[in-house]
Amino acid sequence: MAADREERRFAEVSRDSVKLMAESAGLELGDEVAALLAEDVCYRLREAAQSSAQFMRHAKRKKLTVDDFNKALRWSNVEAICGYGAQDAMLFRSVKEGELFFVEDRDINLIELALATNIPKGCAETMVRANVAYLDGKGNVGPQGTVPAAVQSLSDDLLKYYQQITRAILGEDPHLMKVALQDLQSNSKIAALLPYFVYVISGVKSVSHDLEQLNRLLHMVKSLVQNPYLYLGSYVRSLVSSVMYCILEPLAASINPLNDHWTLRDYAALLLSHIFWTHGDLVSGLYRQILLSLQKVLSDPVRPLCSHYGAVVGLHALGWKAVERVLFPHLPAYWANLQAVLDDYSVSNAQVKADGHKVYGAILVAVERLLKMKALSLPQPAEGCSSSQPGCLAGPMGYRVSSPGLSPPPEPLAEAGLGIASHLQAGGAGCQWEEWSPVPLPAMYSELYSFFGDSLAVRFSTEQSFGGFSPCTPSHFRETRKEPLGHVSNPDTTRKMPQLTANLNISPRQDGSPRTDPPPPSLAATGSVRSLARSSMQRSRASSSRSGQRSIGLSRDVFPKARFTSPHSGPPTFSFVIGGRQMGRRCQGRRPFQTIFVPTPPPPVVLPRVYTHKLPVIGRVCKPLRRWTRSHYSLHLPL
Amino acid sequence: NESAPQESESNQIVSCSKIHIPSNHLGGFNRSNANDGRLLSSSPGAGTGGTATGNNKPAPGPPEEQQTLLAVLQFLKKSKLAESAEILRREAGLPEDALDPKGTDASGSGPGLAAGSGQVDGVDASSLLSRVTVSSSAAAQAPKKAAAGEDQPDVSVVLSAYSQQGDPSLYDAYYSGLKRFIESVLDCHRAELSQLFYPLFVHMYLELVYNNNESVAKAFFEKFSGDQECYYEQDLRILSSLTKKEHMKGNETLLDFRTSKFVLRISRDSYQLLKRHLQERQNNQIWNIIQEHLYIDIFDGMPRSKSQIDAMSGSLAGEARREANKAKVFYGLLKEPEIELPLDDEDEEAENEEGKPKKKKPKKDSMGSKSKKQDPNAPLQTRIPLPELKDSDKLDKIMYMKESTKRIRLGSDNLPSICFYTFLNAYQGLTAVDVTDDSSLIAGGFADSTVRVWSVTPKKLRKVKSAADLNLIDKESDDVLERIMDEKTASELKILYGHSGPVYGISFSPDRNYLLSSSEDGTIRLWSLQTFTCLVGYKGHNYPVWDTQFSPYGYYFVSGGHDRVARLWATDHYQPLRIFAGHLADITCTRFHPNSNYVATGSSDRTIRLWDVLNGNCVRIFTGHKGPIHALAFSPNGKFLASGATDGRVLLWDIGHGLMVGELKGHTDTIYSLRFSRDGEILASGSMDNTVRLWDAMKAFDDLETDDFTAATGHIHLQDNSQELLLGTYMTKSTPVLHLHFTRRNLLLAAGAYNP
Repeated sequence: MAADREERRFAEVSRDSVKLMAESAGLELGDEVAALLAEDVCYRLREAAQSSAQFMRHAKRKKLTVDDFNKALRWSNVEAICGYGAQDAMLFRSVKEGELFFVEDRDINLIELALATNIPKGCAETMVRANVAYLDGKGNVGPQGTVPAAVQSLSDDLLKYYQQITRAILGEDPHLMKVALQDLQSNSKIAALLPYFVYVISGVKSVSHDLEQLNRLLHMVKSLVQNPYLYLGSYVRSLVSSVMYCILEPLAASINPLNDHWTLRDYAALLLSHIFWTHGDLVSGLYRQILLSLQKVLSDPVRPLCSHYGAVVGLHALGWKAVERVLFPHLPAYWANLQAVLDDYSVSNAQVKADGHKVYGAILVAVERLLKMKALSLPQPAEGCSSSQPGCLAGPMGYRVSSPGLSPPPEPLAEAGLGIASHLQAGGAGCQWEEWSPVPLPAMYSELYSFFGDSLAVRFSTEQSFGGFSPCTPSHFRETRKEPLGHVSNPDTTRKMPQLTANLNISPRQDGSPRTDPPPPSLAATGSVRSLARSSMQRSRASSSRSGQRSIGLSRDVFPKARFTSPHSGPPTFSFVIGGRQMGRRCQGRRPFQTIFVPTPPPPVVLPRVYTHKLPVIGRVCKPLRRWTRSHYSLHLPL
Repeated sequence: NESAPQESESNQIVSCSKIHIPSNHLGGFNRSNANDGRLLSSSPGAGTGGTATGNNKPAPGPPEEQQTLLAVLQFLKKSKLAESAEILRREAGLPEDALDPKGTDASGSGPGLAAGSGQVDGVDASSLLSRVTVSSSAAAQAPKKAAAGEDQPDVSVVLSAYSQQGDPSLYDAYYSGLKRFIESVLDCHRAELSQLFYPLFVHMYLELVYNNNESVAKAFFEKFSGDQECYYEQDLRILSSLTKKEHMKGNETLLDFRTSKFVLRISRDSYQLLKRHLQERQNNQIWNIIQEHLYIDIFDGMPRSKSQIDAMSGSLAGEARREANKAKVFYGLLKEPEIELPLDDEDEEAENEEGKPKKKKPKKDSMGSKSKKQDPNAPLQTRIPLPELKDSDKLDKIMYMKESTKRIRLGSDNLPSICFYTFLNAYQGLTAVDVTDDSSLIAGGFADSTVRVWSVTPKKLRKVKSAADLNLIDKESDDVLERIMDEKTASELKILYGHSGPVYGISFSPDRNYLLSSSEDGTIRLWSLQTFTCLVGYKGHNYPVWDTQFSPYGYYFVSGGHDRVARLWATDHYQPLRIFAGHLADITCTRFHPNSNYVATGSSDRTIRLWDVLNGNCVRIFTGHKGPIHALAFSPNGKFLASGATDGRVLLWDIGHGLMVGELKGHTDTIYSLRFSRDGEILASGSMDNTVRLWDAMKAFDDLETDDFTAATGHIHLQDNSQELLLGTYMTKSTPVLHLHFTRRNLLLAAGAYNP
């Protein structure tokens, strides 16, 4: 035991070594001398090691270097040992025959070294870099794109990919972002990274002040969702909740009226429906959950209007059944609140009121489609029964509507052959919830009419214009409704995507452009524009302008307002210009709306007719996402 | 008399009159000494004469006695007792020239001794003489300074060092006898008496080695080294490697043992117990060692517990004596000069327009009221002369006050944000870091002898124009200060070349005009941050200078190094103003008290000393660390001191009472950096273990109840509450934390070199 300890205490230089060393220096040593010397050498070595340790400590290192040892020697008046300062490990070799151990010391050809052409560059310059490591003593605050700790367990390649992608998407360069998103959409090998991307996306809550970042994150969602190689599994839930956040939360960004958070909400809603339709089956009960949360927001009067707006567009994006089930029943209650907002003409209320009009517009669009779809969904043979109903004017385009307007890519016409709302049902499968009794269409229409009055009607009336376009359904519709319009010279046929009008009752007034016409033209415009609803790019300006004329004089009696559509109203283009302009300068946000509203509108319900005229802007007219489409007009609510 | 291989080693004993503990300093291999250049000059020749004290004779005999006689003779001569000396010489039958020849060689301080040729047979005598000389000089001072007297080893002690001995084979029995006794006493005494083990063990071992009983010594070591407290492990390792008398000469640890008395604090009861036991057993050997090499500080009252003892022990020379910490320390802060805040305060304008007049008043009042009240514990404003404030200093003070108003109030629930300055590509080795008080500049000292200064604000570093260019400047213009700067030289980084060894210490002057760096080359350099050139090289430490720091008021600075002394300098003097000697090993870190009247030094002897700048006295000795101390920090109110060491512990000290008041455990490696937040609520510690830890200093100091008894006896009761006080542990990425700094707004800056 004692011997053990002694041995462990320190290395010793043996007598024989000393003798050998002496021999190499040409000296003969007796055993006794060698033993004494050996002991002394050991002691001196230990002493030098001891004092070199303090040089190490003061250099704030944990590793003792040759340099430290040399310093200790120097201060003990012993010559330093040169030639061992290299960072590389020394090769320690032995020669078997002589039992010799030595450090390999190769000759170095200095000439070669001096004339070498591959001169090393030298190391990078010493620099100081500051980074905030901990904020308020909490958490690691990394710059965007830094890696959450858990990711570090990934392979290097994946890690790099992750970093590059997140940086590109959240970074400044739009082109890079596009590339990154494209890759994210098509890369087949990133399944392992999915949780981390989902984690990044869940960061929406921390950037609610930054529309741009929110937008980017939503794009990321879209790419992930569209990636055919990814199985989202239960991450759908997380993605949906991030998207819902964007739709429903009163984002910090919306405090500033100049921020166009409406577009964001619209886009998020679109995305929500997309996720739902494509991946909704992965999580049971998702549909119900979404509807519940939307309903909760809608029925909560304390929430700001922008949240309500989000709920409405969200419902709308989920399809008319969702609207019917949630929005419609809540409308009476909600209407009162909205009414109060819209009726308040005080200046201080202007902002809120403008928001209110947004909601109004969104509701209008939603219920219109509801009505239309409802009408369409009625079995065709039964149409007779609804003949007298002004509401049952479902156009032939109903077929197409069935596809729950998802992503920008155009819906193939071929889909027209599908059963109505087939997607809807499929998507909503298993989600039948609550006692919910469908309201018959007529009742629904009359109720809605009581809210919206003619503004509802006008839209329907104009719609008929493209009823004609669809060759398969034309005649009986007209017959049932005794509609004059029907097959008017139908320029619309050119259009690929007949759609519900959504939003475009743009008042010419509002744009302040010289070409503005009085209200009637605006109506004409609306009529013509309805086809634009599709969010994607395919809307053609030209066709819509042509359509304007079509509606002339076609108005049915039932929809008195239709009269206003003046055949010669200015080409609808102007309205686009307006919209485009507003949206183009996005920072100007909604100011124009606001200014216009203040003087004009009387309460809508009381005087439906008047109201319709005065409510030109209600629908959302805006460009959904700058990058997405060039068209200023894209409504981004696909109908 | 064989001459050992290292015959040329000098063996010098330096005693400094400033402090009253002689510091016996032997150079490692021929390293000469902590020479302060005042009391003893270390003449190069001194080395040639001295070999080992005593001689190599195995047993005491006539020559030994002759030596003693010579020593006494020398002493008499030195004390100018010529007649007595003559009588003694005659009576002893010594030759007239017996001691003359080597006197000068050995000490150079014996004016009466004529130089002579060194002779082989005189070697013993001369080395002895040198020791005597020192001792006598110390003794000579004793009467003058009463307090000093008892600290001085008297002549006989030095002379008899290890020379008298009993039977080597009995040492084992003596020690085990004592061990048995101590183990058999009552519990309450056992802890106290156990303190005796270590010093006794070391001295007995050394005696054995000294008297060439190598094998016995080894056996003794084997048998009993395991009993010693674990915190002495390092010293024991050194001890174990030492088995030859010849090796003792150069070994510093041993010298410390031989020349300084190991201090123990024992209650009177325990002491009586011990004394009775030793007398009964006639155990003279141990008794002698206790008498000669130990200092037993006896106190009345309850014996201390084991934990109490452990908390305070661990230093190289035992605990501090109680009276060492009795001196009054003026730890209060100096009155801040009253500075009118300028009325056209653009900052305030920007911040609150309507409240301007209102705000001004209370602020001024609060300033005024604070400064009017003189802290009873503060030193007189003029106790040491301080530089006058320049206009630029006043501006800076105003900036400081403004910033202070925006300071974040920290606390246990409001922790500071940490910003880390990482030195990248520092392959040459980062050894020291400092940040200016306003956090605008950061400087690094590197192992490649360079000092690099970075600007961490957008403002770049510029040099002053050359003299020729300066002549062209319109000196009347308002922006002359701007015009003198050479825009072409603007850069983020300036490198200062000049040292010829690693730069271990670095410090900005408070006015940011100067930078100090201390290096392994033994010099301290003063650099101008206007011209980025070296202004002065202060030479004095002849050995590596481990640390240096500017006084908070500028002008003065302190340095400490391998030569075991700390020096106080003024920038305009090339020689030190004060020399603080007393540490038994390297001074590893130095720090100024916020009031600039005191200097704290931490050392490898595991003690911290507080020195009075005014008179150079050591006013506090803090023991309790179990490893070399590498970090010190005064609390902003000047009342407390925090220290960090290689043992990974932070200890907190109450300066006024001279007591340890807290122990913060958590770090797993050497603590290189300590800093209090600006208001003193948080203590941050940075360590080699790549973490920054934050401690609740408020709580640590608030919970204190220093009663009179504790203050009087120095018995402390430490609660083990490190975990409660630890507010957070913050990892870096493979970066040891070398420096910490709280900005004026209480953002914590940390710095270190990335070490992949």
